Amino acid sequence: MDSSGNRGPMESMSDIGSEWVRRMTLDRDALLHAYTTMRRIREFEERVNAEFVAGHVPGFVHLYSGEEAIAVGICIHLDSGDYIGSTHRGHGHSLAKGCDSKRMMLEIFGKAEGLCAGKGGSMHIADLERGMLGANAIVGGSPPLVIGAALTAKTLKSDRVAVAFTGDGGSNQGTIFEAMNMAVVLQLPAIFVIENNGYGEGTAVEYAVGAEDLARRAAGFGMPAVKVDGRDFFAVYDAAENAVTRARAGGGPSFIEARCTRIHGHYCGDPQSYRSKEELTQARELHDPITAFRERVLASGELKAGELESIDRQAAAEMEAAVTAAHAGAAPSLEALYTDVYATY
Amino acid sequence: MARTSFRQALNDALRAEMRRDSRVVIIGEDVAGGAGGTGDDDAYGGIMGVTRGLVGEFGRARVIDTPITESALVGMAAGAAMTGLRPVAELMFVDFLGVCLDQILNQAAKFRYMFGGKARTPLVIRTMFGAGFNAGAQHSQCLYSIFTHIPGLKVVIPSTPYDAKGLLIQAVRDEDPVIFLEHTKLYDLEGEVPAESYTVPFGEATVLREGGDATIVALARMTHVALEAAAALAEKGVEVTVIDPRTTSPLDEETILESIGTTGRLLVVDESNPRCSVASEIAAVVAERGFRDLKAPIRRVTAPHTPVPFSPILENAYIPSTKAVEAAVLELMRTS
Repeated sequence: MDSSGNRGPMESMSDIGSEWVRRMTLDRDALLHAYTTMRRIREFEERVNAEFVAGHVPGFVHLYSGEEAIAVGICIHLDSGDYIGSTHRGHGHSLAKGCDSKRMMLEIFGKAEGLCAGKGGSMHIADLERGMLGANAIVGGSPPLVIGAALTAKTLKSDRVAVAFTGDGGSNQGTIFEAMNMAVVLQLPAIFVIENNGYGEGTAVEYAVGAEDLARRAAGFGMPAVKVDGRDFFAVYDAAENAVTRARAGGGPSFIEARCTRIHGHYCGDPQSYRSKEELTQARELHDPITAFRERVLASGELKAGELESIDRQAAAEMEAAVTAAHAGAAPSLEALYTDVYATY
Repeated sequence: MARTSFRQALNDALRAEMRRDSRVVIIGEDVAGGAGGTGDDDAYGGIMGVTRGLVGEFGRARVIDTPITESALVGMAAGAAMTGLRPVAELMFVDFLGVCLDQILNQAAKFRYMFGGKARTPLVIRTMFGAGFNAGAQHSQCLYSIFTHIPGLKVVIPSTPYDAKGLLIQAVRDEDPVIFLEHTKLYDLEGEVPAESYTVPFGEATVLREGGDATIVALARMTHVALEAAAALAEKGVEVTVIDPRTTSPLDEETILESIGTTGRLLVVDESNPRCSVASEIAAVVAERGFRDLKAPIRRVTAPHTPVPFSPILENAYIPSTKAVEAAVLELMRTS
């Protein structure tokens, strides 16, 4: 506050933050689940990367490596009845929401047994039975749909919440502004998560966002907004717990900006010459959320190195099996070209 | 049977479906008459008055006034449809498609196919279209050819109060996204409408008049223009069939082709702009599948390839007229 007692913008901001208090310590099962899911995502993505480079994956893919703490820190608070809407970089969200890795890999390979029968691909993986409303290849495409899921929850009084994942690139689309305003006006159980990995394709967030701060901009829509370190699973976990609890209790929408680091390029094969060599090295060596998690739980003694190594091996074996299944999977029949345009004809 | 306006027929359909199924919700601008003001509740019923009275019976949880935010309201309706509601969204004028097209084109229309047949999106988007109110270039277009082009959408364009009610009930019960287009000049049109609920199936044209000399295919307001022309032509000894496809996706090709088999002459009357239009599509279908039956080249009477003008004299010249339709049929008779 200044001498007259008025709040300046920074005071308002820290006021927003003060609501976000740590509520509990995670138990062992939750820690094991978090590490397992982050490792599974990383292993999945690195296998997709290798298969793509080898020329086995049609189309193009966008990898989530480096952002795992966000999907897992959010989705650990959700069950299959809750909803998420994702982005073009959606593999991590899908795995964190409970999608089957083998059927995801089959989908990415365009096979008949894929989650979307081979008709969606990497950018359209969806699993409605698990509340995964779809990766979305239109940047900023998901938030309006997600508030629709939140409207369903509110109308049917189902106690469900809906989370819209968007990147910093998508954060400038009008769709998310409209969706945030609508969610506030209708007091919908929605959570807007911006994964700020610093780049919308090849353009830095510092260039592309006019506002000083994404969370502050969202707060202007009239909802609690917080900025967390998206490489810190525990910080994401706490912020998400607050937001999900508020939404379930009928307290309306919230916004979380999670700053993170994209280890790979915008797409698989992106040479990333718009990032300096130092930055790219740091992305892997200093900003890896899984390394940070590992160091923390080992230092605290909450988990043992042997347990983590066993999880690493299981994740590797699971994704090896997924890749093997994807190679062996049958292609869709040609009739599939014409089916499922409509539910009824 | 009671005489009912087109507007009231739509209102009756919505009320009946909302009573039948609690998952049906209405989403749009001023659909509950506006919100948060200092005056009366339910003052409006949407700008065209179609939803008036519904908020009184069903409450604001099911008749949802939104801000003016078409991407969010259409997208929200699509997201609600794929998660268990059956929303009827109101896009005030079809021209506003320009500020929400992604949510229709890339989202709602594609869920089912793109997600391998698992999604159901029982969404209705009601919208007003058409020229005739001096509303200018951004409030008077047809645009149904854009929706018709997109796989995954069903496109419904009623011309009578009877069809309006039956087609809207069908649209609400349908499991796919339906674009339901209401012509501005038809809201006050009266006709016989049964009090009970009934459905009119999609993809079934209706034959409004039968005659052996030529076939006119027309939609919405243009069916009335075609019928007027048909009456004038009959006085000159020319008998025409008038077919209203009622839905452009799916399109009842068979009824049109059967009629061409009898008459050998086709005129498509379309208030829309001509390039890549529904009129073009119908002409192409007949050229491909009915060529051997044709006695004369296919004709189209459409709006010109211009925006809709404002000045009344220009707007009147823009809209296909009875005289133009009559002249085109006589031309068809001469060239064969």
